[in-house]
Amino acid sequence: MEFFGEVTAWFADPANWMGRNGVPNRLVEHLAISGTALSIGLAIGLPLGIFIGHTGRGAFLAISLANVGRAIPSLGMIGLVFPMVLALDIPGGFWSTVIALAALAVPPVVTNTYAGLRDVDADIIESGRGMGMRERDLLARVEVPIALPLILAGIRTSAVQVVATATLAVVVGGGTLGTLIYIGVQTGDEPQVFASALVVALLALVTESAFALLQRATLPRGIRPRPGAQPVLRPRS
Amino acid sequence: MNPGEPLIDFGWIAGHLDDIAQRIGEHATMTVLAVGIGFIISFALALLARNRRALYGPIMIGADLLYSIPSLAFFALMIPFTGISILTAEIALVSYTLLVLVRNIVTAFDGVPREVIEAADGMGFSRAQRLVRIELPIALPVIVAGIRIATVTTVGLVTVTSLIGLGGLGYFIVTSGINRFFPTSIFVGVAASVGMAVLADAGLLLLQRALTPWARARGGTG
Repeated sequence: MEFFGEVTAWFADPANWMGRNGVPNRLVEHLAISGTALSIGLAIGLPLGIFIGHTGRGAFLAISLANVGRAIPSLGMIGLVFPMVLALDIPGGFWSTVIALAALAVPPVVTNTYAGLRDVDADIIESGRGMGMRERDLLARVEVPIALPLILAGIRTSAVQVVATATLAVVVGGGTLGTLIYIGVQTGDEPQVFASALVVALLALVTESAFALLQRATLPRGIRPRPGAQPVLRPRS
Repeated sequence: MNPGEPLIDFGWIAGHLDDIAQRIGEHATMTVLAVGIGFIISFALALLARNRRALYGPIMIGADLLYSIPSLAFFALMIPFTGISILTAEIALVSYTLLVLVRNIVTAFDGVPREVIEAADGMGFSRAQRLVRIELPIALPVIVAGIRIATVTTVGLVTVTSLIGLGGLGYFIVTSGINRFFPTSIFVGVAASVGMAVLADAGLLLLQRALTPWARARGGTG
């Protein structure tokens, strides 16, 4: 019980809320890295998934790439990107993490978007064509809205994965809340290790819930996830 | 990394083969331990959920909650209680396997046709006999599919234990790789862990096919 008193004291100490190693600064770093990476991941993954789902071309390649991607550990991804980013002479910690996280964010978005579009009833698409809809209208007004539950599930999976993995940015000097855990481990400061891990776990849960709410809020009326439509299992890091 | 230095220093790899073999051993041990213990717990939970269906929801919510904790944070949350030890790593790693294993084991048993179960009962099998000799073989492909996902995920997660000073291939990625700006070591760590994941995945698939020859003959789930 004494230990939990120390943890409470850590949270109450103003020093832990100020400066470079304060929770607010590290949280902002965490969100900046995650937000940038997720945006890049979506900018690549959504068009790719829509293209594959609409045309049916390249599906095998995309699924294979996603499977290979799952075998590469997220820490390994950061490690592989790091030497390349250093060679480019740009801020190594930030961009190594962002590029690695963006690469991790793409597969769930592509596979879920593809699966969502593929599962749209062929009869509905046929009726759209029969009504004289052009391909673009068909995509925007029929296929994507019907596939939306799975597309959003993919985005949520990626967002949670990105926020969780951003914790590992500390290994390349990218900051984030993981830094507080790491410093705590190095200095043997157990209350800090525990307290900052609580903040990270809380952030992961908040991200998960926020995207779950977004998923519910943006769902068009009349469209509910079909009972059989399961999202691809989310990766863990 | 200095200019003019080769991207991959094969001399370093040749000189560190013993070290690499030792880390691969540590990594494999931690993975097998996590998936093995995770499987035993998951199997018990799945049987419990099958007998009392109302418990399935709460069990999955609990497993899902554990799964959402980022790995470095999970290790860190355990450190004050179990120190920097294999136990700390294993508690987190085992927890992560539960979600996919419980789900797949329950789904696998649900997939056993009712007629088959009734036929077994009619032939006078006890519940334990029916489980081991009838239901388990039929459920095996879906169960092994779960074990494969859990294994590949665990191999990747073991690398993160290097951040709290434990062993495994993460040592080559972080300690002797990133921290010393030495790409060769990073490549060795990543390649060995990807190789281990791919080999374990293929090995489990082959094992499952060997154990359930009828699934393939029928063109089923093998």
